[in-house]
Amino acid sequence: MKTLRFFLCLSALSAFSSCTHVKPWERGHLADYLMIPGRDPLTDSISEHVWFTREAFAGGRGVGGGGCGCN
Amino acid sequence: MNRRNFIQRTAALCSSIIATTSTPLFAAGWKEGARLPDLGSFGLEGTLPKLAGKVVYLDFWASWCAPCKASFPVINRWHQELGPRGFVVLGVNIDETQADMQTFLKKNVVQFPVVRDAAHKLVAAADVSTMPSSFMIDRQGVIRHAHSGFHAKEEPKLLAQLNALLG
Repeated sequence: MKTLRFFLCLSALSAFSSCTHVKPWERGHLADYLMIPGRDPLTDSISEHVWFTREAFAGGRGVGGGGCGCN
Repeated sequence: MNRRNFIQRTAALCSSIIATTSTPLFAAGWKEGARLPDLGSFGLEGTLPKLAGKVVYLDFWASWCAPCKASFPVINRWHQELGPRGFVVLGVNIDETQADMQTFLKKNVVQFPVVRDAAHKLVAAADVSTMPSSFMIDRQGVIRHAHSGFHAKEEPKLLAQLNALLG
């Protein structure tokens, strides 16, 4: 019975998860120019300066985000 | 309904919800050796060319896909050179709006027929893994080769496959 309850809870949690897979043909918005994190070097350097002065750290901005996932 | 029955039915309901909302582990998709489905039943926008008895290169593309753009000069050339031998290219656009497709086509002239899969029914049936994706179909309507992506260096290999299908 405990196992059944565990799987029941697990199923319920999975069903209400907000995660979804974006299909290759649905990536039009992700491929948009605005989704490129480093599209404006000037803004990037200003933001970097703010982060450094306020938070005493820099870097860590090379994380990938958007993109069409082509090829 | 006793307690045990209630729990079993709830578990079954949850499982069915998961099954319908999550991504299947094994995608259906179009496989090599399968028959190309009737394209007329997918509600495509545009005029479908006659495909019966011809070798078909079916190409899924989008205006936001750079490799798709890179592939067009090559596909245009195939269309011109192999057309007289019974070869036809069918471009299937999957853009969200027709305006996106038209804007792209004004800048990048294509010489082969293009239809638009506005509802994404066809591309979902094909279940392609990337953009662009293409399928080579023989004269009997059987999918013989499936390709994901486009790399210019693979052109000779693709051309050899098409020539083999054309006979």
